[in-house]
Amino acid sequence: MIGTVKKAPGGRSPLLKQIKAYIKRPKTALERFKLLGIPYYLILLVLVIIPMILILFYAITTPNKDDAILLTLNNFIAFFQEEGFVGVLWDSIRISGITTIVTLLIAYPLAYIICDYKLKKQALIILLVSAPMWVNMLLRTIAWKQILSTAGPLNAALGWLFGMEPINFLGTDFAVVLGMVYIFLPFMVIPIYNNLSKIDNRLIEASLDLGASRKYTFFKVTLPLSLPGVLSGVTMVLLPSATTLVVPRFLGEGRYFLIGNLIEQKFLKSGLWNYGAAISIILVVVLFIILFLTKKVDRFHKDEEDD
Amino acid sequence: MKIKKTRKFNFSVIYVILVLIFCYAPILSLVIFSFNSDRSLTNFQSFSFIWYDKLFNDGQVMTAVLNTIFVAVVATLVSTVLGTLAAIAISRMKKVMRDGLLNLNNLPMINPEIVTAVSLLLLFLSLGIGQGYLTMILAHITFTIPYVIVTVYPKLREMDENMVEASLDLGATPLGTIWHIIIPNIKTVIISAASLCFTLSFDDFVISYFTAGTVNNISIYLYTLRRLEPTINALSTIIITGIIIVLVLSNTIKHKKVNDNEDED
Repeated sequence: MIGTVKKAPGGRSPLLKQIKAYIKRPKTALERFKLLGIPYYLILLVLVIIPMILILFYAITTPNKDDAILLTLNNFIAFFQEEGFVGVLWDSIRISGITTIVTLLIAYPLAYIICDYKLKKQALIILLVSAPMWVNMLLRTIAWKQILSTAGPLNAALGWLFGMEPINFLGTDFAVVLGMVYIFLPFMVIPIYNNLSKIDNRLIEASLDLGASRKYTFFKVTLPLSLPGVLSGVTMVLLPSATTLVVPRFLGEGRYFLIGNLIEQKFLKSGLWNYGAAISIILVVVLFIILFLTKKVDRFHKDEEDD
Repeated sequence: MKIKKTRKFNFSVIYVILVLIFCYAPILSLVIFSFNSDRSLTNFQSFSFIWYDKLFNDGQVMTAVLNTIFVAVVATLVSTVLGTLAAIAISRMKKVMRDGLLNLNNLPMINPEIVTAVSLLLLFLSLGIGQGYLTMILAHITFTIPYVIVTVYPKLREMDENMVEASLDLGATPLGTIWHIIIPNIKTVIISAASLCFTLSFDDFVISYFTAGTVNNISIYLYTLRRLEPTINALSTIIITGIIIVLVLSNTIKHKKVNDNEDED
């Protein structure tokens, strides 16, 4: 046995032996606890980390007949040269931007109002606002498709009230934004509510006692303090609304082709994996920029609080 | 944050009611028109169960429902068990490792769903694994397990460390300690983690759509449907009823527990 060690100094066998010895050594309870995580570490490695590396790999390579792998940026260039690319990007930014703003405008006052309520009532309203999330998102979107269709209840109500001719709402910005606001509203309400409900009431009382008007107090005290909640809400609405497949499919009447639909088409319909991977990488980069900015504002807030 | 009300009449109440109407109008409409004897979505002809009848006789829907439940149950079991064990392991790590792992754990939760879907599809394609139940279940485990960790881990940090040490000092094996000391202490969060997994898996569309191949779940079935029939309303009504039952049950159990605890005090 000693011979083998001598034969291959620095080679594989001593290392393997060391590893074996390390594995077989008597373990403390603490170490045994750590071993419990092994299946999860494997899942993280194989199903999270490696797939992300694969996206990057596919995005910067091009398939070749000789099985050789060529590094390229063409997949990214192709995205920017895509016919209708401007349309996809513009639609995605416009729709997700409007959705985020409308969601914020509905969610902020709601969160602000319910903070005044008794705790039990607050919990009830938050539960009521978030409970629809449990219903499959496709079913909820289909519900709006039914409501907004020319033969749907909304047009019937409008006709009955104002004698209006049926309008086809489907396939308009209105319908798509409405559907998205509906789907993403809870994601905006909850972080803002969590933030607002934690603000120290004494700060607001102090501001009012010192003679500031309600309006001034809101804009100078409450609003700045609630910014982190607003930002995390925006993060949870902006990107998901730009990448959702469901809302454009049901409420867009085929007229809306957002970035998610583009990835779907490249992967599942045209089999252009490299290209699809490149678009996904662009999304991830955008995500990290948003997260970075959010963190920065958060940190700025913490510094201020420390002062 | 609380500000005393000064106005006599409160517009805010109307606002809250309007938002709640917005939240529940589509759900009500789904339910109401599931009982319509006619295909029409405007006038309610008469009360009937024909769409329910059609639903239960539609083989495709029933397969999709069974697939959804099967995948959700398997993914929930695996994710809850492995995630809980991992959370126990993570809670005993040094800070650097722990923070690193928890950050990595967040990745599938913050990534746009479609990116996770694409990444998993690329993995299965590269490994040459045919898409079907296996890939779908693996994908569902991948995106549900982070939620188990973030639900269970904080509770583990709250737990009294001395109990674990006492158990080990008194000669219990690590596994015995987990089974008799740790698990009973974090039982409630394990249950909420499992129910979270089940709902996430049950409602998932994008990730399943990319990884399931020809297997249908409810969402994929709905997405690829050519024509929407009121059978969809019937299906929604059944799902909504299920959700309401679960919500009411869990709330009554919670209340009962709170009351019991108060009695003990």
